[in-house]
Amino acid sequence: MNDSDHSLYYLRDMPVPETPLSDRKPQPWGKTEAIGKPYQKVDAYERVSGNAIYPSDVMLPNMLSVAILRCPYPHAIVEKIDSSAAEKMAGIRAVITGYSPGVDYWWPYSPEIKTKLFDLHCRFEGEEVAAIAADTIYQAWDAIRALKVNYKILAFVSDETKALAADAPAIHAGGNKGTSDKYSRGDVERGFNDADAVLEETYHSECELHTPLESHGCVARWDGDRLSIWQSTQGVYSVQAAVSKIMGLPLSKVRVMGHYMGGGFGSKLTADKSTIIAAVMARKTARPVKLFMSREETLIAAGNRPPASMRLKAGVKRDGTLTALDFSVIGTGGAYPTRGTNLMDWLIRDLYACPNVRTDTTDVFINAGPSRPFRAPGHPQCSWALEQMLDALAEKIGMDPLALRLKNIPSYSQARPGKPPYTSTGLRECIKEGAKAFGWDKARKEIASQAAGGHIRRGVGMASALWFAGGGNPPSTVIIKLFSDGSMNLNMGASDIGTGTKTVMAMVISEELGVKPDIIQIEYADTGTTQFATPSGGSKTVPTETPAVRAAAIHIKQQLIALAAQDLKTDVSSLTLKGDAVVSRTDAKKKILIVDVSGLKKQGLIVGVGYRSPNPEGKVVNPFAAQFCEVEVNTLTGEVRVLRFLGAHDSGRVMNRMTYDNQVCGGITMGIGFALTEARVLDRNQTGKMVNKNWHDYKIPTASDVPADIISLPIDMDDQEANTTGTKGLGEPVTIPTAAAIANAVYNAVGVRVTTTPITPVKLCSILHSRRKEGKQ
Amino acid sequence: MSKNRDRKECPCSGEKSSQGVTRRQFITNMGVGAVAAASFGNLAAGQEAHAAVIKSGEALKINLKINGHAYRLLVEPRWSLLHVLRNELGFTETKASCERGECGACTVLIDSIPRYACMTLAVEAEGQEITTLEGLMHGEALGAVQQAFVEHDALQCGYCTPGQIMSVEGLLRKNPDPSLDEIKNGVSGNLCRCGAYVNIFKAAKRAAELKRGGSS
Repeated sequence: MNDSDHSLYYLRDMPVPETPLSDRKPQPWGKTEAIGKPYQKVDAYERVSGNAIYPSDVMLPNMLSVAILRCPYPHAIVEKIDSSAAEKMAGIRAVITGYSPGVDYWWPYSPEIKTKLFDLHCRFEGEEVAAIAADTIYQAWDAIRALKVNYKILAFVSDETKALAADAPAIHAGGNKGTSDKYSRGDVERGFNDADAVLEETYHSECELHTPLESHGCVARWDGDRLSIWQSTQGVYSVQAAVSKIMGLPLSKVRVMGHYMGGGFGSKLTADKSTIIAAVMARKTARPVKLFMSREETLIAAGNRPPASMRLKAGVKRDGTLTALDFSVIGTGGAYPTRGTNLMDWLIRDLYACPNVRTDTTDVFINAGPSRPFRAPGHPQCSWALEQMLDALAEKIGMDPLALRLKNIPSYSQARPGKPPYTSTGLRECIKEGAKAFGWDKARKEIASQAAGGHIRRGVGMASALWFAGGGNPPSTVIIKLFSDGSMNLNMGASDIGTGTKTVMAMVISEELGVKPDIIQIEYADTGTTQFATPSGGSKTVPTETPAVRAAAIHIKQQLIALAAQDLKTDVSSLTLKGDAVVSRTDAKKKILIVDVSGLKKQGLIVGVGYRSPNPEGKVVNPFAAQFCEVEVNTLTGEVRVLRFLGAHDSGRVMNRMTYDNQVCGGITMGIGFALTEARVLDRNQTGKMVNKNWHDYKIPTASDVPADIISLPIDMDDQEANTTGTKGLGEPVTIPTAAAIANAVYNAVGVRVTTTPITPVKLCSILHSRRKEGKQ
Repeated sequence: MSKNRDRKECPCSGEKSSQGVTRRQFITNMGVGAVAAASFGNLAAGQEAHAAVIKSGEALKINLKINGHAYRLLVEPRWSLLHVLRNELGFTETKASCERGECGACTVLIDSIPRYACMTLAVEAEGQEITTLEGLMHGEALGAVQQAFVEHDALQCGYCTPGQIMSVEGLLRKNPDPSLDEIKNGVSGNLCRCGAYVNIFKAAKRAAELKRGGSS
């Protein structure tokens, strides 16, 4: 290689940060060269060319296909399974049921309530009853249909508000009451007494389903006693841990790979029952197997954002000071303890300054699919109640909704012990700058003066939010390899779930070492070959992994400079990295190209290791947001059309403007679904079955349902206290306030509060109709 | 809110296929099972549609033309084109997601019209030009629509992306300069749960430019 070739890898004139000594923390980045700019995904080519191999694309020699029989009833006991006809069918390799030897595994929904991999007591429609491996998936389904199962059908309950009734059937031996959680600060009653206006309202949010485009599943293969799994997952290490624990295998014998994955949104943070079933089938048949759930199966059994029934009472003074919030929730994680009410009250506790707060959440069991974390668990539901209430209070005291929010911005976390301050809060900037960019005041005025009459009414609405987590945390280990030609390899365990994780990490290395991002090859999401990482969830991948990547890059620099110092016969402290060379700060003649460093040539490689340091003690790292929208309501048909949206987000330093904006648009799109179309419908009174287990009837937003006018306005605040890259999470806050902002805009347009999700045409029509009957308009 | 998926030109669109099967006939055939459905088209040439009773599991010889190459293979009459593309031939860029005509992840072009491969029987596709992502590439180089998707970050997880690209390709072949509404309509049969639609609209516009400029 000659000099001109290797320099292709480096950005010659790009200054890189000074290298700290090994016992020093790096300085915050000042003006950045790579970070913060829009950068195309480093793996975009693979994803648009079809070269990217997703787990559902994996094909191995002699691979079999597996299908699962699921309980068709919401509550039943399996009394007998006759598989004799199925076993004789063409292409069938194995049938397993709850009675089969070698499948007696516990499934850990919770430590208290244990259930089997194939539990004979089925507590929701979709619980696993049997599985069949066959040469083709068509044959497997043929045989599934030939299984004869005797079920004893039990009474069911599908409604969380009825689960604790005396006549409700008990889903577990201990009844239907799960955990409950109470919180209070100050004196709520006194707070209401001090208020000039007190409002009380009930709200309900429907069950939302994740529905990632790639369904849940894996390919599993045994090599002797070693199990390899290609899983569509957000976290290979958490899948490895679950499989190892459930099957009693050493971690070293379970390799989980999940390079590309087709969406998860929280539903793919760990293993599924189907992961274990695939492993069992692969062992039983001595063949690799593929097991991916059908779309219908994913809708009933792969997780959800559970429904919640909420009541909120709030008091405010005439000047906009919040005096009291009293909130109660009955929620459910479905048939098992899956923390269905987790974080349901967090926004009430912590978003706005309020001295007197009381919350009470109760989790109950119903005969429905278990919940799973779903993009900001608990938050969009709570936002639906709180942000509509804030608007109602503002109207009651004759204040602008923005002004009311700006009046109550806290600088510290009120609900955490010791009331720790935030490392940074851009909530005020999100609201003010968002409003300015959106043209809030002008839009409000225009709408207030829109001509009376006419069936097309416009409205604007907004809502703000914070996300409970999003600060990232240890542990994380990453490795960077510097090859002798100056090119590099990044090795990390984290998954790139579509957010652009790999690209952001390459940009961090580019910033720190002056290398072109494209030349960095990234190995990731493989427990066999990459380093430990927690799953990509909780909006923490960027704030967790980028500081570790930066630390590894600095480690490379330190070693490179030490080796160069030997060649240049000088002291390390006088040397610095500049472009493709190590140079002396004092003597321009002392300079050596990276590729000429003899130590590097001799070793062939420099390995830099980076760890994630702890977050600052006594402080909280949270992202903040405000979103604004304009809608058009057809008062004759009840249709709501979203005309435009703006998301103003404080997620710390913006790393990649391109993938950042994409997240904002994506979160808003998902929130539009939560607000307007999405609801799992259970046949509560007759069969207890889900009646819309397909994408025609469970409607997620299509291209026709979203406005082309969605603006991302980053409040680009380098959070120097949070971590060494100044970052906070983004993926979840972007969907928290969306639905409430739409509900507020609908109110602004037609003057009715829709307190239950989704705001369907039928529902809105009926509310408008009854109002007309009352002679109001 | 409107759901325009039905407007997509897929087997259920009412468009005549090359065998002259209308939507109504298609459904009628499907109604008596895949067995009968398999017996129309080229396979049934010279036979009464109801006379051919082919057991599921029994293989038929067919010829498929995919990305300009001819493939001779044995298929079960009930196999979807999607199954054959992915599992028999290894065209895994055509994604499986709902396998019931709802999401568009499996969209391919059949005679330049976007169709759901999950709703098309392999036997039905005989004699027609099938195009997958591979067919849009020039060797290793990306086609115009693919290039535009990269430039506008018109994807997140990338799983719906092949289908989105095929729908935009089909749209542009028919309408080289689509309006925003025409673009929205063109991809309304392709779900994207990550919500990259806004960038997909931009990419479609850009792809139209690239194609007009002949630069790709």
